[in-house]
Parts: sequence; structure tokens; C-alpha cells
Amino acid sequence: MSYGKKVLDHYENPRNVGSLDKDAPNVGTGMVGAPACGDVMKLQIKVNDDGVIEDARFKTYGCGSAIASSSLLTEWVRGKTLDEASKIKNIEIVEELSLPPVKIHCSVLAEDAIKAAIKDYNDKQSGAG
Amino acid sequence: MANEVKLPIYLDYSATTPVDERVAGKMMRYMKMGDVFGNPASRSHSFGWQSEKAVDEARQQVAALVNADPREIVWTSGATESDNLAIKGAAHFYGKRGKHVVTVKTEHKAVLDTCRQLEKEGFEVTYLEPQDNGLLDLDAVSQALRDDTTVLSVMHVNNEIGVIQDLTALGEIAREKGVIFHVDAAQSAGKVPIDLQRLPVDLMSFSAHKIYGPKGIGALYVRRKPRVRVEAQMHGGGHERGMRSGTLATHQIVGMGEAFDIASKEIANENERILSLRNRLWEGLNQLEEVYCNGDLEQRVAGNLNASFNFVEGESLIMSLKNIAVSSGSACTSASLEPSYVLRALGRNDELAHSSIRFSIGRYTTAAEVDYTVDLVKESVIRLRELSPLWEMYQDGVDLEKVEWATH
Repeated sequence: MSYGKKVLDHYENPRNVGSLDKDAPNVGTGMVGAPACGDVMKLQIKVNDDGVIEDARFKTYGCGSAIASSSLLTEWVRGKTLDEASKIKNIEIVEELSLPPVKIHCSVLAEDAIKAAIKDYNDKQSGAG
Repeated sequence: MANEVKLPIYLDYSATTPVDERVAGKMMRYMKMGDVFGNPASRSHSFGWQSEKAVDEARQQVAALVNADPREIVWTSGATESDNLAIKGAAHFYGKRGKHVVTVKTEHKAVLDTCRQLEKEGFEVTYLEPQDNGLLDLDAVSQALRDDTTVLSVMHVNNEIGVIQDLTALGEIAREKGVIFHVDAAQSAGKVPIDLQRLPVDLMSFSAHKIYGPKGIGALYVRRKPRVRVEAQMHGGGHERGMRSGTLATHQIVGMGEAFDIASKEIANENERILSLRNRLWEGLNQLEEVYCNGDLEQRVAGNLNASFNFVEGESLIMSLKNIAVSSGSACTSASLEPSYVLRALGRNDELAHSSIRFSIGRYTTAAEVDYTVDLVKESVIRLRELSPLWEMYQDGVDLEKVEWATH
């Protein structure tokens, strides 16, 4: 299978790789997928007092398209409000990266990851407040 | 060092091999006007006789590599057709005696799908599970053979993990129970010594393109003493003593003969050289943490190394090895998202099955290519592990088996 240019670029130069402190109250962590399915995505966001995502980090175990989807997503969510970030649809990732049909599940996983990270952050906030 | 190496590097000799130049050169002389091009079945003129002579010589060359009688060799289009002819042919011919066939879960699809077809026709098939090292438990084989079993089919060398089954022991079990023993030797001929005068094997499948011959040609060995019968699957002019009709492809056959002849002469030296390269590759890769060799390392064909790089997904690793032609045990690329059924049958967990790569070394592989590969794989695995949440969890001491994954 041949990969699109943008997938290759993100795969070779992944943006925002890393981890944030998962115990910090202003960090939300989303971990989705399973090793048995061949992909696991961890996406973390750091949210400031205005509800804006000021940092986003990822680590992904999976194929090049899964790595690219999560890398792209960290770029997109930075500077967005939680509300804006939660509206990102997997189809936008598919279009941006020109993912073939067999790789659409990678974009779905990325959408699930940001939603899970936002939920984790909100749970922490409501628990703390 | 890197500039000695010509990229891309071919390390997928188990998938296919390039045609040896000596083979290609010879084949060229069996096609054109002025050369030998006649139909080997034409009995009335010299064009036919010349072709028939060439086919006979090739038959001797193929037989010689495996110490068989040339009359025991039936030309086919490749190992897939040979497997079909052997298994369906014997199951059908001996159908009155019983309708039970025994094979192994790690066989090539050419055997497994042929058995599935027999099941549709009303046969019963037992698929044996190999041990964790890929080798068969002989007691389990013995117990699986019943009074109504007619065929046992076991591959000599596995295409994915390269393990070598004990044909002598398996054949003796089959003989004792009066079961026809078929062996797919596509991955072993020319790489592992085969002596059909001694081995208790009844039917054996061969392919040319796995040992530097052309694609599209193979053979089935059919034992004469004691005589083994197969029902034809391809009907027509009654070629190959009625077992396989169709005009013989002289140039292909000559190519296969030459390839087998070269293998006969060079097998010992070649194996030694290839084994030392394989060891060099494994020693290099094994410097990484959490690397596993799939399949028994001792009972293994020289050119094969199948390794799993834990916490790294196979397809992404292959993507990073873009200048190296290898194959992944993970069939993610085929959209099925299923890890290799062979590795699963060995009891490998999903992560390891998803992270496996098959390296296969052959006639034209050099030490510099192996070194380049080791460096690139190490660099890539380290880089991908930096990206891997599983590696991070492993480093933090998390037991991945106990994590509840959000399966999608």
C-alpha cells in the first residue's frame, strides 16, 4: 500500500509527541483502542482557565495512518476551546490526510481519543469543583 | 558502509526469488524460431522431439535434487496446483476407503483452502494445532489419524516462520496407519536436503520460483513404489500420464530443471553462507530489548528469521523500513486487520503477532545489506517505541495483560 504525502510527513515528523502529567487537574487523558486490534492512541490535553487547550500531546501504537491521524489532531486542537475541539469530525481527518477506506478506522479512533480526553478533563473538573 | 549498499534491499526471498541468470539464459533458448520451441507432445517431427528431450532432462534434474525417479515427477503450474492435485486428487481417489483428511493450522492457504473445499464436498478435516515453537507434537498426529483417514498433509518448511517438520517421524506414523502422506516442500526444496528414497513421503509439492527459477511452474512428486494414485484435477490431452493435462511449458520446465540442478550443486555452500548471515541479522536485532524470534530457532531453514518487536506495530515498522523489502505477519495492509494466523496458532498474543516481521535471506544477500538492515531496524524500533503508549506503560511497570482496553 502506498501512503499519501501528508501521512508520510506526519509519520516521519510527528508533531507533539509526548506525555503530560495525567494526574494534573488541568490535564485530560484519552486512551482508546486495544493492542489486539493493532492500534492504541493516547491523547492528552492541557486546558487553561479560559477553557482553551494550550497544549496537546500524543503517543500512538499503530500503523502510519493512525500515527498521522493523532499527530494531526494535536495540531488542530491546540488553541481551540473544548467546545470547538469536541466538534472535530473524523471525516475532516480523512479528507486532510487523504486516508483510503481501509484506514478510516484510524480517524475514528482519533476522534474517539479527543472526546475521551475532553471527558476525562470535564470529569476531573466536576469532581474537583 | 551505507554507500556500499544498493537500495532497496531485497529480504523477501520466501515470497519469491529473482531468476538466476544461468536459468534465465537457458530459458531464452527454448522459445524462438531457430531455437527449441516445439510442442513436447508432437511425436511426428524433430521440433517436438527436441522439446521432449529438454523436458526429460529437466525432469531428471528436478528428480535428482530430491533423489526421486524422473517418472515420479508431474509438472504443474506451481506449488498451489501441486497441493490441489495431491490433496484433492488423493482424497477423491481413495474416497471409498474413507473421507477424513488431517492437516495443520499453520499450513499455506493452498493447503487450507483445498481442505475447506473438501469439507464442502462432504469430507471431514482435522486441523492440528502446532506446539508453541511451530513444530508438531507427534503423539497428537498419531491420535488424529483414524481408520477412515486417507490423507495427512504437512508442510516441510513453514513459509512464515521457517520451522522444519520431522518428515521421517511423520511419514512413519502415516505408513503405520496406511495414510497417504503429502508434503508441501515449496519452501524447503534446495534449502533442506530431501531424499525421497529414504523419506516415507507419498506426494510432495515443489515450486520453481522459490529457488531462483521462473514463476508459473512447479511439480508434484507421486511415489511409484508403493504406488500412489491421484485423480486428475485438470482434464484434457492426457499429459503427464493422465494426472495433469495441458501442453507442457518447455521454457518454464527447462528453467525449473536448471534451477534445481544449480541447487543440487550449491546447496551445501549456500546454506552455510546464508545461515551465517541469518545469525548475523539475529544477533544484531537481538541487541534490542523485547525482541522475540517466532518459531524454533534450531529446527529452522537457514534463510528465515521471523521476529516480533514488542510494543511496535508491524505495519508502521515496515513503513519505516521503506528501503528494505520484508513482509509483515500482520495482515493489516490487507484490510482484514487480522494478525497472522500462523503466529496466532503458535499461541503468540495479539501484540506480538501484530509486531512481527519476516526477513528472508537468499542467494544475493550480502553482509553489508544485513548490517544496513540491523542499523535501520534498531533505529526505527527505538523511534517508534518513543511514540508508543504501550512501551511507555511497559517502562512504567504496567502489566498490559491486565489493562481493560476500550476495544472499538
